[in-house]
Amino acid sequence: MTSATLHDDFVVFDHVQKSYDGTSLVVKDLNLKIGKGEFLTMLGPSGSGKTTCLMMLAGFETATHGEIRLEGRNINLVPPHKRGIGMVFQNYALFPHMTVGENLAFPLEVRGMGKDERETKIKRALDMVQMGAFANRRPAQLSGGQQQRIALARALVFDPALVLMDEPLGALDKQLREHMQFEIKHLHESLGITVVYVTHDQGEALTMSDRVAVFNDGRIQQLAPPADLYERPENSFVAQFIGENNKLQGVIEELDGGRAVVRLATGELIDATAVNIREKGQQTLVSIRPERVEFKPELMPPGAHMLDAEVLEVIYMGDILRTRMRVAGTDDFVLKCRNTLGQTRFAAGERIRVGWHPEDARALDVI
Amino acid sequence: MSDAPLTTSDGRPLKAALAQAQARARRRAFLLVAPLLLFVVITFILPIGQMLQRSIYHDGFSSAAPALQAWFEANPPGTAPDEAAYAALAADLQLMKANRTAGEAGTRVNYTLPGTRSLFTSSARGADKLEPPFREALLAENAKWGDPLVWEAMRSAASPWTSDFYLVATDMQRTADGGVERVPEKERIYLKLFGTTFMLSAVITGVCLLLAFPIAHLLATLPASRANLLMILVLLPFWTSLLVRTSSWIVLLQGQGVVNNVLVSARLVDDGARWQMIYNMTGTIIVMTHILLPFMVLPLYSVMRTIKPAYARAARSLGATSWTTFRRIYLPQTLPGIAAGALLVFILAVGYYITPALVGGADGQLFSNLIQFHMSKSNWSVAAALAGMLLAGVLVLYWLYDRLVGIDKLKLG
Amino acid sequence: MKKMLVLTTALGGLAVPAMAQEITVMGWGGAYSASQVEAYHKPFAEKTGTKVVSVDADNPATPIKAQVSAGNVTVDVASVEIADAVRLCDEGMIIPIDAASLPAGVDGVAAVDDFIEGTLTECMIPTDIFSTIVAFDASKFPEGAAPATIADFFDTAKFPGKRGLKKGAKATLEMALMADGVPAADVYATLETPEGLDRAFAKLDSIKKDAVFWEAGAQPPQLLADGEVSMTMGWNGRIYNAAVQDNKPFKIIWDGQVFEWEGYVIPKGAPNEATALEFVKFATSSEPLAKAAEHISYGPPRKSSAPLVGNVFGTDVPMSPNLPTSPENMTNALASSLDFWVDRDSELNERFNAWLSAN
Repeated sequence: MTSATLHDDFVVFDHVQKSYDGTSLVVKDLNLKIGKGEFLTMLGPSGSGKTTCLMMLAGFETATHGEIRLEGRNINLVPPHKRGIGMVFQNYALFPHMTVGENLAFPLEVRGMGKDERETKIKRALDMVQMGAFANRRPAQLSGGQQQRIALARALVFDPALVLMDEPLGALDKQLREHMQFEIKHLHESLGITVVYVTHDQGEALTMSDRVAVFNDGRIQQLAPPADLYERPENSFVAQFIGENNKLQGVIEELDGGRAVVRLATGELIDATAVNIREKGQQTLVSIRPERVEFKPELMPPGAHMLDAEVLEVIYMGDILRTRMRVAGTDDFVLKCRNTLGQTRFAAGERIRVGWHPEDARALDVI
Repeated sequence: MSDAPLTTSDGRPLKAALAQAQARARRRAFLLVAPLLLFVVITFILPIGQMLQRSIYHDGFSSAAPALQAWFEANPPGTAPDEAAYAALAADLQLMKANRTAGEAGTRVNYTLPGTRSLFTSSARGADKLEPPFREALLAENAKWGDPLVWEAMRSAASPWTSDFYLVATDMQRTADGGVERVPEKERIYLKLFGTTFMLSAVITGVCLLLAFPIAHLLATLPASRANLLMILVLLPFWTSLLVRTSSWIVLLQGQGVVNNVLVSARLVDDGARWQMIYNMTGTIIVMTHILLPFMVLPLYSVMRTIKPAYARAARSLGATSWTTFRRIYLPQTLPGIAAGALLVFILAVGYYITPALVGGADGQLFSNLIQFHMSKSNWSVAAALAGMLLAGVLVLYWLYDRLVGIDKLKLG
Repeated sequence: MKKMLVLTTALGGLAVPAMAQEITVMGWGGAYSASQVEAYHKPFAEKTGTKVVSVDADNPATPIKAQVSAGNVTVDVASVEIADAVRLCDEGMIIPIDAASLPAGVDGVAAVDDFIEGTLTECMIPTDIFSTIVAFDASKFPEGAAPATIADFFDTAKFPGKRGLKKGAKATLEMALMADGVPAADVYATLETPEGLDRAFAKLDSIKKDAVFWEAGAQPPQLLADGEVSMTMGWNGRIYNAAVQDNKPFKIIWDGQVFEWEGYVIPKGAPNEATALEFVKFATSSEPLAKAAEHISYGPPRKSSAPLVGNVFGTDVPMSPNLPTSPENMTNALASSLDFWVDRDSELNERFNAWLSAN
């Protein structure tokens, strides 16, 4: 699914603002359209307003200003139980006094569904998450991953068109988390539901989403598909928040269309692509992904600038070799290369030269 | 291989090694809890055991009257006392005078047959002057010595082990032929009060629950700083002397009290028809509810605090109205707190006596007031029997509770 | 000290018993002990040169029993209630005191006849008499139409208002019978019979719907002060304190009063028994008893003391009208029967409680 097919305005945040105390805004003028069947992730550090947005959509918080629409209908005043939105909570919120089966039956019972139909649906939902044999267990008797599956099944059992997930994998260990990411993604695709997913884990956001909305300070900093977000961050916050990043600060020396030459504080010159740069002489932060850093002059485009580097340490990470070096006065310039046969291995103290293709370095505004 | 017992690396059977290792851990664990165990045994188990023993054992008469004891053993119940019996009585009275045990002996017989303590003390005073034939001499001293009921009571008291105190405690008495019957209607009190006490305690528990539930919920959901303030208000009764609290309720609720005065001056109540809110059952319920309320609030609060708001949100998101959410999600999760609070309040209410004594008036008094009465009169045995009944009642309740709710559901904090 | 003891014991055989230098008297504390110090201890010390050390206990009977049981008696004389005295005497914890050896009254009447009938027992010499009485709030009744007899307490038609009743059988049943016309002398004989008992409860029935029951002695003056009741049973000392010290318009009806008494006992094994006996004889003679009554509203048990009682200590108000034992207050008074209540306490309180809880 690509962003091009999504714009049918299933969920709309229209100039939404939220304040808890009347003096400061937690959400500042949010405008967001989510398409039917889309997997949209709200990503951001804690306190960025992403969870508040989710809670407003679920109906547990009211918007101070603006309108939230679901399928074209203003739902600002609709109570949560009438919104028909499924939700998976951070710690699952499985009812501890009910069995798994009863937990799943609950949303069906309150909808007045008959016993036979209920059982069919419960069985289908449990089978969907491979938990068919656990209907009679209590939540406390299940592992974290199993509880997670049940929470998922419960949010889906009443066939909601929209499912909200509030950091649903936060309590799981790494391996299980990665496994569940794929399962959730798979369910999303096979059921064709719309998912709004909140997380502060960028890896999760990149893996699962059709589009990611990066939140900071109550605003969406960038709304884009994962690849765009990673490769073409629009400002330094996004660049720093998504993935690892080498940062070099300097002043725009030359500006020629999309190309810029930046003079660093040490006097050296580097090449970069201008992203949100307006004029020569402006302060800028150049961001280069560690895996795009080159150290072999023969791979560099002709005429590209290179910098002197001193290797400080090499960290062996299994699939990757991570080399930390001193470049242009900073001690935390990182180079990542795949641990392939015959890969160059540096030793601490070695002096090399590093560079990059101008399109891999993005000159951004300073925040 | 599979049949051979596993051994440790140095050849000892694995089972033995394990047992030894665990025994050491167990010994250490036991030593750690031993002081508490000792404390509980000394301050709780022993006194209760002693109390229960007192309710069935009293050697005041049997140890003071060896001759009569021998005569009762030699002659079956129903035998009319002969000269030998009176001689034994005279000998024992002289012994009682010498040892000054007439009071104790009389007290014991008085339990079984009221109105006989002075018979022993006065007769013992002149026991030295008794001469044969003892029957005539004793009857001349006091005609009551000819009463078969007195002899039946002495026979009963001649054995230190007795059910007499429980007979008293269940409104029963012995008949002249050794049988048992209920006391006359107008003297029956204990069983009736036993029932009233449990009924009243149930009402108080119910009222406490109704009042405590919203407060506890508020406490559990308010931000910490404001919850603390509210908590102080809830706990305030704990920090005030029981008597002060009770007295202030009297000032508030009595006929000429604050509440009635306000109602009268607001012309809601006629001056001649002031509400009777104290010195009766109503007063007992109001004041005891107030005093016991914290015992309901605290367990409820401690349980409610652990119920995450996410549960309610989950229920709402799954389509439940707020009422359904409360009834099916919130309420069931507070059950351990409700159960603990109810049990605590109920048991405390069953044993309360100061408050009902002060504000209970005629119909608001409880079983414990009678226990207190007997204690104040040094009637330890009857007091013990009544306390034993109360203990049994509470244990039955506890058992029922375990059957119906399950004791593992209890959560005290 | 021990040598001294041996010496005094040795000299005891001589004509004049030698006095110990110091004796210890145990009292109840508060205003009650204060009255005894003023009326007994100080004059005795003045007269004999023997110092009297005053110690207090909540109820001296308890430490006496403990001391005698342990064989380590430090108290020479103790003030106890009559019920405790009889119990301690029965158990041999206190020594018998021959009433005939007590000094005659100032009017020359022998001690055994001078003490109010029924108050002398084997081991205790009475020091004061207190009483369960009926009191009323004078401001609730018009001048000249105030209640005056125990029968008026039970007459809610003529004297409307709530009644404060003691929540217990003792004194309550006696008052009911006296109000019903039974002479004081016949009260216990009547109560012994089932018919008499029914008669007492029937009388109580007549005011049950107007009754407010109290349990603690502090309650009756409070009930009167709050206007909860117009008349109440109560203890004369408590009512007196409220009336005199707090200046409340409370009046006592002495008709139908039921009195009890307390007095001095000498524990078995008292360190200075002979001096203790001298002290008891002195303290319970006519003048000291009268003097004590000027300090506290408990009556002297000797008839010869009554005319000697002067004004309330430090004022010019006569104490006599406030004492249970004043002749004008004793016209229809009943001495609480110890034997009766020792035998019947449980039984009658059960009956009383059954009556209370019956509707």
